[in-house]
Amino acid sequence: MNAAAAFFYIFSTVMIGSAFMVISARNPVHSVLFLILAFVNAAGLFLLLGAEFLAMIIVIVYVGAVAVLFLFVVMMLDVDFAELKQGFLQYLPVGALIGVAVLIELVLVVGAWTMAPAAIGAAGSPVQPDISNTLALGRVLYTKHVYFFQAAGLVLLTAMIGAIVLTLRHKPDVKRQDIGEQNARDKSDVKLKKVPSRAGV
Amino acid sequence: MPPISFALAHTLPELILAVGALVLLMLGAFRAGRTDWIISELAIGLLGVALITLFFPLQGVAIVWDGAFIDDAFARFMKALALIGALVSILLSREYMAREKIDQFEFPVLIVLATLGMLMLISAQSLIALYLGLELMSLALYVVAAFHRDNIRASEAGLKYFVLGALSSGMLLYGCSLIYGFAGTVSFTGIAEALRGDVSIGVVFGLVFVLAGLAFKMSLAPFHMWTPDVYEGAPTPVTAFFASAPKMAAVAIMLRIIITAFPGITTQWQQIIVFVSILSMAIGSFAAIGQTNLKRLMAYSSIGHMGFAMVGLVAGTELGVRGVLIYMAIYLAMTLGTFAAILSMRVGDRYVETIDDLKGLGRNNGWMAFFLAMMMFSLAGIPPLAGFFAKWYVFLAAIQGGFYWLSVIGVLMSVVSTFYYLRIVKVIYFDEPAAAFSPVNREVTGVLVLSSLAILLFWVYPSPIVNAASAAAKSLF
Repeated sequence: MNAAAAFFYIFSTVMIGSAFMVISARNPVHSVLFLILAFVNAAGLFLLLGAEFLAMIIVIVYVGAVAVLFLFVVMMLDVDFAELKQGFLQYLPVGALIGVAVLIELVLVVGAWTMAPAAIGAAGSPVQPDISNTLALGRVLYTKHVYFFQAAGLVLLTAMIGAIVLTLRHKPDVKRQDIGEQNARDKSDVKLKKVPSRAGV
Repeated sequence: MPPISFALAHTLPELILAVGALVLLMLGAFRAGRTDWIISELAIGLLGVALITLFFPLQGVAIVWDGAFIDDAFARFMKALALIGALVSILLSREYMAREKIDQFEFPVLIVLATLGMLMLISAQSLIALYLGLELMSLALYVVAAFHRDNIRASEAGLKYFVLGALSSGMLLYGCSLIYGFAGTVSFTGIAEALRGDVSIGVVFGLVFVLAGLAFKMSLAPFHMWTPDVYEGAPTPVTAFFASAPKMAAVAIMLRIIITAFPGITTQWQQIIVFVSILSMAIGSFAAIGQTNLKRLMAYSSIGHMGFAMVGLVAGTELGVRGVLIYMAIYLAMTLGTFAAILSMRVGDRYVETIDDLKGLGRNNGWMAFFLAMMMFSLAGIPPLAGFFAKWYVFLAAIQGGFYWLSVIGVLMSVVSTFYYLRIVKVIYFDEPAAAFSPVNREVTGVLVLSSLAILLFWVYPSPIVNAASAAAKSLF
């Protein structure tokens, strides 16, 4: 067994285990942390496939932004997970039945699956082994696919405008930062007070 | 590869809208509260300039941006309709938005972005371009549906539209992935190429999902459930926009993808289109009978009209496509005119929208009553108004294609729908007068008068529309 195969089994085992823990952990914060572990292992699998760009994107976008956002949401919202899990036993038979049916279908489909011989060799190796993923993507993203790139940018911009239009409220009594006012403040306006430690203001 | 200026020249309307929307956004954001009034004027100007550039004499058909974008007579015809719909909707919205205190500068910007999505959708020549155009259009539409965010009905409309729209986008994407998987390409011409000869069941599966996703955007039955609630809940100018411009884009891409990508599986798509067409005509005709709210009634009316338009597509011929194009042009005029009339229904400071509020309009306001009655006659398809010719052209194509029974069903459904249109005329002229409407501004009246004249006098001089539609249909084949 070579090193790549060993790493493949390590990454896959940890990923499946942590994915299982995401849905079974009692504490939602632990769930999110296991989700991050699953993402990192997925990035490792992508690295083994030679898709280093995707691996880095997963770490940056999913771990760095999405999972952290989840963590914030889980910590800030007071969701009663015990209540959500009520009736779990009641629905278990139906759920198990559907699960078993899907499992049998999956086994039948995968059992009858034959890969085209050419596809086995083609998968798992970059089209041009001498250049990196990022370079290959960059070569087509801003030339061949510039229309799609710009269109996707406009879609994201529209989503951003929409979110602001539908949620931003200008309340009169909310204090906002005014940099001009801060900079214009004179030294005589500022009062220094001695605040004892652990006593508050 | 042609020079970049060639590609830019053929995407000029899109470029104008894209750059214009960004400029308007900056203008609005940095001068918040002071320039609200000028943003919608500038947006109207932008749409007008984009409309004018469509008439620049460019070479017949151009496929640019590496096969993603096509500029032909068909695209220009449908883009003109979509731009007119968007432009008139902003024109109609100004007084309403100001009175309801929702005249933020984002509204015209979002309309411009939605229109840009429509133009990209109309010109899409590959599945990716189709999806991106559709999403740009839909995202902006979800937001404007909920634009009156303090109104519970508008929020409900926006949320409903968003959830169901996301579902339909998912179906469309699933269909696209199946087609890509089995045809091996995303370009429409490439798909047509791959579908010569034996066709695998996977492509037909993909076709069903793609057509379902597009039928949702056109509010064709059985994917019409969102239409009445969204039309009723959204602010009236937004409803006018929903009923006009996005329909043009959705119909255009439906025609383009069926004619250019799926000529190899004609039997399969014909079955689907016949089914949705009959169902839409039936639901549009029967479900509208019990409605009391004019906006809901117009929702069912638009479902029915989309069904009638699809009768022309069933034949799959150049004549049929010409029929659909003429239908859409006339439908645009009728819809905008009717919504201009609905926006003129204001008692004191309150906008009203039920049929009972129209009681005795003939005695209170003779001219508005006359124009609204003409709209209703035209929507019902009574000669010599334009609505009759719209139906005549699509049924003509269906009969020449050999779809006699479909035409018979269509005519029968048209008779049923006449009932509720004529009921409005009866309420206007023969019922005891209700409260009189307050005077309306020039823009709304102008839209009502112009669209009424267009449908009243279409039979006198139909050749510009018919010739343009013929040329557009020809470029698709």
